[in-house]
Amino acid sequence: MSPQELVKSLRSFLSPEAVLYETEDMKPYECDGLSAYRQLPMVVVLPQTEAQVIQILQLCHATQTPVVARGAGTGLSGGALPHAQGVLLSLAKLNQIIAIDPLARMARVQPGVRNLAISEAAAPYGLYYAPDPSSQIACSIGGNVAENSGGVHCLKYGLTVHNILRLRVLTISGECLEIGGESLDSAGYDLLALMTGSEGMLGIVTEITVKLIPKPEKAQLVMAAFDDVLKAGNAVANVIGAGIIPAGMEMMDKITIHAVEDFLHAGYDLDAAAILFCESDGGAEEVADEIKRIYAIMQQSGATKISTPQDEAGRLKCWAGRKAAFPAAGRISPDYYCMDGTIPRKRLADVLRGIEALSQEYGLRCMNVFHAGDGNLHPLILYDANQPGELEKTEEFGGKILEMCIRVGGAITGEHGVGMEKINQMCAQFRTGELAMFHAVKAAFDPSGLLNPGKAVPTLHRCAELGAMHVHRGEEKFPELPRF
Amino acid sequence: MIDQYQAAIRIAAEHKTPLQICGGGTKYFYGNPITGRSNLLDATAYRGIVDYEPTELVMTARAGTRLVDLEAALDRYGQMLAFEPPYFGAAATLGGCVAAGLSGPRRAAAGAVRDFVLGVRMLNGQGEDLNFGGQVMKNVAGYDVSRLMAGAMGTLGMLLEVSLKVLPKPATEITLRMQLDETAAIEKMNRWAGKPLPISATCHVNGELFVRLSGAESAVRAAQVKLGGEELSESSVFWQSIREQTHDFFQSAKPLWRLSIKSTASPLLLPGKQLMEWNGGLRWLLGDESMSAETIRKIAKDAGGYATLFRNNESCIPVFHPLDSGMMNVHRALKEKFDPSGIFNPGRLYPEI
Repeated sequence: MSPQELVKSLRSFLSPEAVLYETEDMKPYECDGLSAYRQLPMVVVLPQTEAQVIQILQLCHATQTPVVARGAGTGLSGGALPHAQGVLLSLAKLNQIIAIDPLARMARVQPGVRNLAISEAAAPYGLYYAPDPSSQIACSIGGNVAENSGGVHCLKYGLTVHNILRLRVLTISGECLEIGGESLDSAGYDLLALMTGSEGMLGIVTEITVKLIPKPEKAQLVMAAFDDVLKAGNAVANVIGAGIIPAGMEMMDKITIHAVEDFLHAGYDLDAAAILFCESDGGAEEVADEIKRIYAIMQQSGATKISTPQDEAGRLKCWAGRKAAFPAAGRISPDYYCMDGTIPRKRLADVLRGIEALSQEYGLRCMNVFHAGDGNLHPLILYDANQPGELEKTEEFGGKILEMCIRVGGAITGEHGVGMEKINQMCAQFRTGELAMFHAVKAAFDPSGLLNPGKAVPTLHRCAELGAMHVHRGEEKFPELPRF
Repeated sequence: MIDQYQAAIRIAAEHKTPLQICGGGTKYFYGNPITGRSNLLDATAYRGIVDYEPTELVMTARAGTRLVDLEAALDRYGQMLAFEPPYFGAAATLGGCVAAGLSGPRRAAAGAVRDFVLGVRMLNGQGEDLNFGGQVMKNVAGYDVSRLMAGAMGTLGMLLEVSLKVLPKPATEITLRMQLDETAAIEKMNRWAGKPLPISATCHVNGELFVRLSGAESAVRAAQVKLGGEELSESSVFWQSIREQTHDFFQSAKPLWRLSIKSTASPLLLPGKQLMEWNGGLRWLLGDESMSAETIRKIAKDAGGYATLFRNNESCIPVFHPLDSGMMNVHRALKEKFDPSGIFNPGRLYPEI
């Protein structure tokens, strides 16, 4: 179908302002949070109701037009990168909180609702929605489902998949599936899990029922400085080994500490090789106990400086620095590239040493922030896009970090998704058999491959071409790291 | 060992002979019988803990590992399977536990089996040896096939290894009991679940509500003051009897229905004794002849959930709640992709798959 015919068909049931096809109107949709990848779609649609989404899908299905779903566009892996011959389906206008049931502790929301807006709406009942990705002011819950987003509290409170109950999903043919329920268990296969993190490849989510949980009575933070990253890593293991599941456990390396301190003056120890933030939440008695124990563990683990902000303002000031790591990177470098790999925590020191070696090899600085509790590492590679070849070098550097994550038994993405960005590393994470099963799963939902084509799962052909760079899990279970 | 499994699967696929994947055999009573004549595929020989690092909170074990051995290993480091899987017999295996997808009393507070599955190694219907997920807490590379295996009753593949998130055992656990009727208990359980209280399990039976508190001693004692009631002397014995269904309530030959519904749903207007767990989200019902399966399933659906005929299915009623045609199409398509010859436990979950 020609673009003109498609626009005409879409305008037969959508209002004129809900169908964008002029280049300047579509420009804001050409990329998501990963702005290095840009592509204009054939047309952008902004439906306001599920019925309209069904009509759009039926039209696309009938005309075999690719469909790329988009929430708030804050994703960092290019998952919402448009398809040149396709429709970009923005779900931003499906933005209603349909109902909150405080007694049953759940909320029914549309996909375009912002993550934080759910917690704000639940706050009067003493409840909130737990997953808190750092973009929570802007990111949408539909996007969170597509990426299985986490946040700084997920060791204790789980990811998106642990915090949703039910989805209304439209298949590419426009058929509606009710997945899950208001109950904890449901009948048949766990399609709720399969759908979560599927990056818009299996269906379009039009309604989500999320769990709400009680706000902890109190939260308190221990901030500990270490003169050695290895000691900080051991401190994390010691806390968990003592039977404590902290609400949040975050680490920053030296270069990050300096970048943030220059920017915010949060009072961080500039001599530290790493700073660990460890938060306890719960009932007042429980928190008081736990903080005492965490303090002692930090001491025993060789912390050079430990502080426990006594009031809420002090606690938030400490966190502000951690949360400002990205803007701080933006301040000391024209551009930065945020990576997202997971590793077994015990390999942290090895991996940081490996990153340092790569940093020198590529002549690019790299800041490291780490969700230490759950092993999710976010290296920020600092570069200058105006220097010819520097982006390419950065991407290569980033790719090597991810391959290192696989070698130590981790994964190429903890929470940002594969999207367009990590499609090559999927060839390293998985073997042909698994990739073939992923394509089969997609085909079970979307036989003609119209939903977000070309993302998340590489073709076997692509992997074959990438060839010998593969490091398969299992084959190198105990890798030799000295080469870093 | 895996070679032998692969060979058996390839032969079965070639002849389209169903295979009954068999662990400890403790949950044969659960689910529908396999359609047609099948051969046994004994999964218990592939056993043992592959990797366990307490400070990583991750355990990887072969599917044939007995739960009792796995929990003993965890116990040495003060850790546990937080979803409290029912064993229904000492021979219960990890693979059977994941395939059945059943969780125990802590489910409402801590999560279900599927919430703790991080990765699986499995054989599909062509005997291919596949790894999904991994050994880390956060992993969004590829579709979440490992969680899909939880509760699939072995219809999608044979589990070889499973990686699970494990958690520290709470320092203190106590149980409070109080007299309350069903309506009041539902109201209370849900009110409390909305407050920051260390409640790890609830059960209402015979006009009494049992509430388990878990956590630091100080937190548990503070909550005890807020909740009131009388402290039960044999806390763990009681919860064990609920988890393993050795409690008096379950000693009946009547059909035992398991209704997973919205926790705030009013008391079910059905005759027959009931026992509630999960803040009201799980209702066990001893059925009798006056109630048809359709009636019970309609009531469950209206209450936001599903009804499973868990035990004592004398009249061969389909065990699991029927799916609508759209959902069944997806199930059929997935089954076809994972197990194209339809050899793994056919009919165990639904006749179509």
